[in-house]
Parts: sequence; structure tokens; C-alpha cells
Amino acid sequence: MKLINLPKKICLYILVIGILLFTGYPFVYMIMTSFKSMKGFFLDPFSLFSGSLTLENYSTVFDMGIGSYFTNSLIITVLSVLLVVFISALASYPLSRIKFKLNRPLFLLFIAGMMVPMHATLIPIFLLTQNMGLYDSLTALLGPYIAFSLPISIFILTQFMGELPKELEEAAQLDGANHWNIFWKILFPNLAPAISTIVIYNFLYLWTEFIFALTLITDTGSMTLPLGLQDFYGEFTVNVPGLMAALVLASLPVIAVFIIAQERVVKGLTGGSVKG
Amino acid sequence: MSKSRVLKQNLDKNKKGTNKWTILWFVLPALLIYVVYTLYPIIATFNYSLLDWNGASGISEFVGIQNYINLFADSSFWQALENNMLLVVVSVFIQIPLGLVMALVLFSDVYGKRLLNVVFFLPYLMSTIAIGLLWVYLYSPESGPINKIATFLGLGDFEWLGNADLAMLAVLIVIIWQFSPFYMILFKAAIVGIPEELYEAAKIDGASSTQQFFFVTFPALIPTIVSSSVLAVVGSLKSFDIIYIMTGGGPGNATEILGTYMYKQGFVNLNMGYASTIAAVMFIIAFIAVVIIQLIDYLRKKKGVFL
Repeated sequence: MKLINLPKKICLYILVIGILLFTGYPFVYMIMTSFKSMKGFFLDPFSLFSGSLTLENYSTVFDMGIGSYFTNSLIITVLSVLLVVFISALASYPLSRIKFKLNRPLFLLFIAGMMVPMHATLIPIFLLTQNMGLYDSLTALLGPYIAFSLPISIFILTQFMGELPKELEEAAQLDGANHWNIFWKILFPNLAPAISTIVIYNFLYLWTEFIFALTLITDTGSMTLPLGLQDFYGEFTVNVPGLMAALVLASLPVIAVFIIAQERVVKGLTGGSVKG
Repeated sequence: MSKSRVLKQNLDKNKKGTNKWTILWFVLPALLIYVVYTLYPIIATFNYSLLDWNGASGISEFVGIQNYINLFADSSFWQALENNMLLVVVSVFIQIPLGLVMALVLFSDVYGKRLLNVVFFLPYLMSTIAIGLLWVYLYSPESGPINKIATFLGLGDFEWLGNADLAMLAVLIVIIWQFSPFYMILFKAAIVGIPEELYEAAKIDGASSTQQFFFVTFPALIPTIVSSSVLAVVGSLKSFDIIYIMTGGGPGNATEILGTYMYKQGFVNLNMGYASTIAAVMFIIAFIAVVIIQLIDYLRKKKGVFL
């Protein structure tokens, strides 16, 4: 029995090693290169361990201002995610708990937004941002970031709220509580699982968002991390280890969050895409 | 007035008298942002698509459907559309199967699953820009390891991203690398959802593990496969970052996709009207894809057929 399975086992391990090399090697290359000196890299770009490892690239990247890109990304991402949670929870309350004529059409209108390619809005948003005097500031991103996170968030929250038991607010209704109190004091505290899903989903989307940042920001001081990386690319063409250090720093926070909260992250990501 | 009457009045007030204004206040913030940053821009895009409008001079002129006529005669547009379709084909026939294989591996009795779980998923967590830059150097003709491997295997070395015949393949490999883990987690979630009893029943009937896969696992995954395939159409229309950073659509327009072509026309050449036409066509394609998704979904639920 064991012997018959052996060839199968070997095939399985060849497959696993193949996939592991394909997915893992680029990371190994990125990390190892980020610790090489320029000289060490050009002498031997392929070795995993070069004789002397150095942290010099990381200090170079900090000197070039990756900290500011980082802060900008953090500010805009956190702010957008907080607002998205609040605004989408507000909208999902009547959509899921109150019967009114426009219930269904409104819900469909919102979730249709999931399918809109950003490009279909790019030029008007670019002009609008200029007209509002927001161009080249971090605030310029707030509107599009919230707008493009809303559909999925409203979708998840409306579904989730719709499944909460009716009894939850009936007692409060008997006591004459108004809708705001029912929403804020009774329903909102019960939304934690759905909110963690939309926080993770939107955080990952916004942390890596590029095209709106590219069209709405040119000023180095307002650049987000993906935009900053592109900027480094322009300046670092030959300093491969330096660029790799920047890539490691940019990827680290998300990867750390994933390793700490693996199951939550996976749930957050699939919750956003698995439907019915 | 007795207490119970007050209670009843309160309940009635809440049930019937839900004020339209109350509903409006809850929905208003979301609606406002959605209208300003999604609905209005889409309408404006269609409107601009009828203009001959140079962003540099700021002069615009109504030209009707002339932009659309030009677009359909524009070989770069067809090249971009073809590449977009290639993205869809690759996600359906390579990423989705690879994602399935990766998910199955994680359910097999392979050693070191905890580590594999993390490593298999890592690519999806990197920003597309970071991925693009990393691979630009992996493909580098002078110092990149991919050429080293190709030479070692006796294939010779290539100017991967600078060669019009190879650039699209090179970019597609990166896209496969990035998105297979996404399909992997979709499949993992779907496999976990398959009832254990089905496997037990299959075992009692003497089904081998291969038979179990084809008669239990696979049929249960068809809905996931169908919805991911159609989502790939919308995903392809949204892609931009990876091509923009790795090749900019070049060499020539070998790797151009609708997203990069629209950006180039609008923000590099400043042909705002023509770029809006491309954007409008992208919206229409996405819209048609959605209608098809809905139709398939409807048929599946109505007749219980797997399309």
C-alpha cells in the first residue's frame, strides 16, 4: 500500500517544490539583494549570500524619504477606511433593516459600482479635483478612494445586517428609540465580523492603489508609497540593492499583518469576492 | 394612557411612519460621494467622448461619434483589446487551474503546510507596483536571474521586456504569479465548504482519491470557477499598474492594454476626448460582462444548470 503511493508522493513533492520555487524565489531574491552592497551585487548578482551583508541600502532609502511616502499612505489609507466603514454602515442600515420603495434599486445601484473600471471615471475626476483646488494634495485621493471602496463595503454590510435577527431592535422600537439610536447603539456593535472584513479588504486595496494617485498627485511631498516606489525606480536605475530595500520596506507591513492574522485576512479577501 | 398603549403607539410609529427623510439621512453621505465620484464621472466620460478636445490648448469641439469611428479604425486599440482578451484567457486557463492545484496541495498530506500556506499567498499581498519593479530586475538582461537560468538551460539569453515577441509573455508570467494565490484562497474557501459526508459516501462506494476529486470536489467547485472566470473579464479591464510600470505598453504597443492606452492618450498625449472614448468603450465592455454574469447566475438558479 505504502509502496504504491510512493510514485504519487514523489510527483506531489515535485509539484510542491516547483510551485514553491516559482512563488518564493522572487521574495528570496528581493530580500537577499536588499542586503548586498552595490559592489557586491555587480560582482555576483545571483548568489543568495554574498560575503558582506550591509544595511546601507535601508539607510539610503530612508534618507531618500521613504518615511514620508509611508506616512502619506498610512494617513490616507486609515482615514479612507474609517470613513468607508462609517458611511457604508450608515447606508446599509436602511438598505437592510427598513422596507421602502427604493430599497432594492438603491442597493443595486451601489453594488454595480464594483464593476466600474477606474478609467471610466479618470478624466472627469482629474478635472473635478483641479476645479476643487485639491489637485496635488493627499486630500485629492479621499473622494475616489471612498467612492471605489463603498460598493463592496455596502454589499458586505447590507448582507450581514440583513441576517441579524429582527428581535435585536424590536425591544428598542417598543421603547420608542429612534433610528439613529437603533443603528448606533444596537446594530453597529454587532457588526464587528463584517467590519473586520471590509477593513482588511479596503486596507489592502488602498495601500496598493496606484492609478488615482498617479493622476492626482505629482508633488513628491504628497506621494503615497506606490507612487514613491515609482519615483525611486527613476532615480535608482542602477542601484538595484537600494530599490530592493525600498520594495522590502513597502511590502513588509502587509506581509506582517498577514502572518499575524492569517485567517482574518483570508476571510476578509474571500468575503469580498465570494458571492451567493 | 396605559403603558402598553404607549408601547404599541411607539411600535406603530416606527413601523409605518418611517420617515423618508430619516432614510435619506442614512443613505445621503454614501450617495453623495458615489454620485460625485462615480456616477457623474461616468456620464461626463460619455459626454467628453463626443468631443475633439486637446487638453493642452483647452479647446474642445463637438464631433459626434467621430472618435468612435476613429477608434474602431485604430490598430493600437485592437492590439490593446486583444491583449486584454489575452489577460482573460490566461486567468481562465492558467491562473484558475494553478490556483486550484495550489489549493489542492494545501489539502493534501504534504509536509510543511503551514509554511506553504504563507509562501503560496505572499505574491498577492505585494503592491502591483512593487511586483512590477521586482520583476523588471528579475528579467534584467544584464543582472537578472531569469536570463541566468535560461542560459543555464541552454535557451540563450533574451531581452525579455524589450523584445516585442517576448514582452507580453513576460508580463503574463508576472500576472500569473500575482493572481494565482487569489484564486487559491477562493478555492480553499470553497473546498472547506464541501460537506464531509459526500467524501464518506464516496469512500463507501469504493471511490479512489482521483474519483473523489472528479465526482465530489470538482462539481462542487464549478460555481467558483464560473464566477471567477467572468470576474476575470472585469478584472482585465481594471488592470493597468503592472503593464504601466513594467513596459509602459511597449515595446511599440506589444503589451498595450486598454487601461494603458487610455492613460497614454489622455494624460501623455492630452487627447482628452479620444481617451474618454476609450474609457467609455471600457465601461461598455464591463457592462456587457456584468449582464452576462447576471444572466448565467439567473439561469443557474432557475434551472439548476451549470454553464
